[in-house]
Amino acid sequence: MTVIADIPDAPRRARRPQIGNPVLRWLRANLFSSIPNGILSVVLLAILAKGIFSFVQWGVANAVWLTPTNDSSACRAVRGVGACWAIIPEKYRFILFGTYPFDEQWRPALSVLLFIALYYLSTRRALWRRELVFLWIGALALISVLMWGGVLGLSFVSQDRWGGLPVTLILATFGLAFGFPLGILVALGRRSKLPAIRSLSVLYVELIRGVPLVSLLFMASVMFPLFMPAGFNIDKLLRAQVAIVLFAGAYLAEVIRGGLQAVPRGQYEAADALGLSYWRKHRLIVLPQAIRHVIPPLVNTFIAFFKDTSLVLIIGIFDLLTTAKTAIIDPAWQQFSVEVYIFVAAIYFIFCFAMSRYSRGLEATRGG
Amino acid sequence: MTADHPRPPPRRRFFAPGRNELMGLFWQLLVVGIAVGVIAFLWSNTVTNLSARRITTGFAFLGREAGMPIADSLLAYSPRDTYFWAFVVGVGNTLRVAVIGIVLATILGTVIGISRLSANWLLSRLAAVYVETLRDIPLLLQLLFWYVLMQALPAARAAWRPVEGVFLSNRGLILPAIPLGPLQLSVLATALLGFAAFYLVRRQLIVQQLRDGKPRPAWPFALGLIVALPAMVSVLLGVSWTIEWPQLRGFNFVGGLTLAPEYFALLIALVTYTAAFIAEIVRSGIQSVPRGQWDAANALGMRRSFMLRQIILPQALRVIVPPMTSQYLNLTKNSSLAVAIGYQDVVSIANTTLNQTGQAIEAIALIMAVFLTISLSISFFMNWYNARIALVER
Repeated sequence: MTVIADIPDAPRRARRPQIGNPVLRWLRANLFSSIPNGILSVVLLAILAKGIFSFVQWGVANAVWLTPTNDSSACRAVRGVGACWAIIPEKYRFILFGTYPFDEQWRPALSVLLFIALYYLSTRRALWRRELVFLWIGALALISVLMWGGVLGLSFVSQDRWGGLPVTLILATFGLAFGFPLGILVALGRRSKLPAIRSLSVLYVELIRGVPLVSLLFMASVMFPLFMPAGFNIDKLLRAQVAIVLFAGAYLAEVIRGGLQAVPRGQYEAADALGLSYWRKHRLIVLPQAIRHVIPPLVNTFIAFFKDTSLVLIIGIFDLLTTAKTAIIDPAWQQFSVEVYIFVAAIYFIFCFAMSRYSRGLEATRGG
Repeated sequence: MTADHPRPPPRRRFFAPGRNELMGLFWQLLVVGIAVGVIAFLWSNTVTNLSARRITTGFAFLGREAGMPIADSLLAYSPRDTYFWAFVVGVGNTLRVAVIGIVLATILGTVIGISRLSANWLLSRLAAVYVETLRDIPLLLQLLFWYVLMQALPAARAAWRPVEGVFLSNRGLILPAIPLGPLQLSVLATALLGFAAFYLVRRQLIVQQLRDGKPRPAWPFALGLIVALPAMVSVLLGVSWTIEWPQLRGFNFVGGLTLAPEYFALLIALVTYTAAFIAEIVRSGIQSVPRGQWDAANALGMRRSFMLRQIILPQALRVIVPPMTSQYLNLTKNSSLAVAIGYQDVVSIANTTLNQTGQAIEAIALIMAVFLTISLSISFFMNWYNARIALVER
């Protein structure tokens, strides 16, 4: 346990006089401060070097980057020694957009860009005003038009042909856009003085949080037709979306409830003293403060949701992970699933890492 | 409002609601009415649909023969068994992955969390990269990735042997094992009883020390109760503890303990993923102990291990335990992703049942019941532990 020393406030020795080469000094302080530390550094360096070396050998030196269309013979020749990145240019349209009509794939591509722009604008503090809600409604409507078509000379594309990255982004974003208001209502319900509303909210939150998302998705895909009048049915994607909204609502409700608890009592009392009604009190006074308190945990919940949308693979919806898994069913390319998974993992990573960086930035600037 | 102006005593009436109470009553009736209405609507649809499909509701199907194969199970099972037993086997499989996963994830997560605080720059960087990478990639993707790697391993004949007696091949991980019969189990049970007895004795020793201030060593009791007593039972009963080494016979292994590729992939994915979150919890827990505590312990001239055990950890644990509970719950719920790679946990078996019998509501209700029970037990245990280590304020 002698390794613990970087506790931010752990006692430090007095500074030695700074002599010698700064690089050597840095090495001495950070890698070779003691004999066990030095041995550890050497061992780690050796392992790291070996790991990087074999990865570079597999992923760069021996890799196949491009092959003629639908010909995987070059890849098979290096199987086991080199990566077959050629599968990405071969399959990327399918992985990213699924079975969306090939000539129309600029529409999902544009939708993805719109989503990213929407996320970016939502992170700007200067734009945190009521207009942001209209921006969201407008952007989501525009994306719906782009994806479905049927108007403005765009041909109609039904949802069962959607796939890939846009589906992942749709599930996550719409899940959030509807789950957030639901979460606010449930959080308020859980803190309400009215016993019937409070117990209904508690029941909802605890039931949803108690079971895995997989079972909710099964419920949406298998049991939904049973719940509805005969002959009435809605699309599988929409059903999964409803399950994700219900799931998101329960988790967001708990985060928002934490924020509500952090608002000082004086604020509630002042609002009451002004004679504001329940809804105006919460809309104007309490919720703005409560939500500001919990923005970092909210972003973390969003990251969790973004990752959890991949679970729709289990009920056969074509999100990014499902298209990746389907792309490697092709017998010619079957053996190169690791490369495809790395590609898709990189896409997920970029989105989640950007969000977690943002959340960390918020935490750092808060109150400072 | 002060007490100087005594109000006239309110007249007692049985029911005298003000405007607020009336509004409250109205809202409650409205919400409950909507909830009841929606549920009644869904219920009546379901009943109609089920009768149209000639499915009888109720749990009678649990007594029928399941007929589904379960490849890898902790409990003995054959397709001739009932659905009920298949469910029990599924719960066993879920618990097998969840319990071992929780233990391993805690160990790995703690090691990585401490490494992030290391004075060694390289070690702390590596730990940070590990945490950042694994947290930002969906667990299901990692699970599929591990499973693909597992399938790409060499065949049993050319299995890797990292250590003598351990084989890693596309048949999974094969370890040497000690076969546990009733005799061996009774010895282990004695050890467990000995541990419980030692716990009571130690409490008594502490009570006595508090009375007269004399320290009494506890280790002779530990040695006697936990080691010597079971050893004596073992010798008396003549229990054999021979290790069974796995051997390659034809295309597969005989003997030893086999972790099937599905189970092994699920376990690795759950442990590595959850460990990334646990590492962050451990790190922030240790960082939450104020500097003064380290300084004070140093000033008292404590040994480093004593200081960590007696001063730092008890305080860090208070911060660590509550979020750890939710990670344990997450791991248990995430074990349901097993269905994606064909490990038959309770969700996967319920899903097969649902496809075979059409008893959708009952199957989902059973999943919910199982997970709610597991979640509540974990929360109950962790709340008890949390109360035990909580700060006692005087």
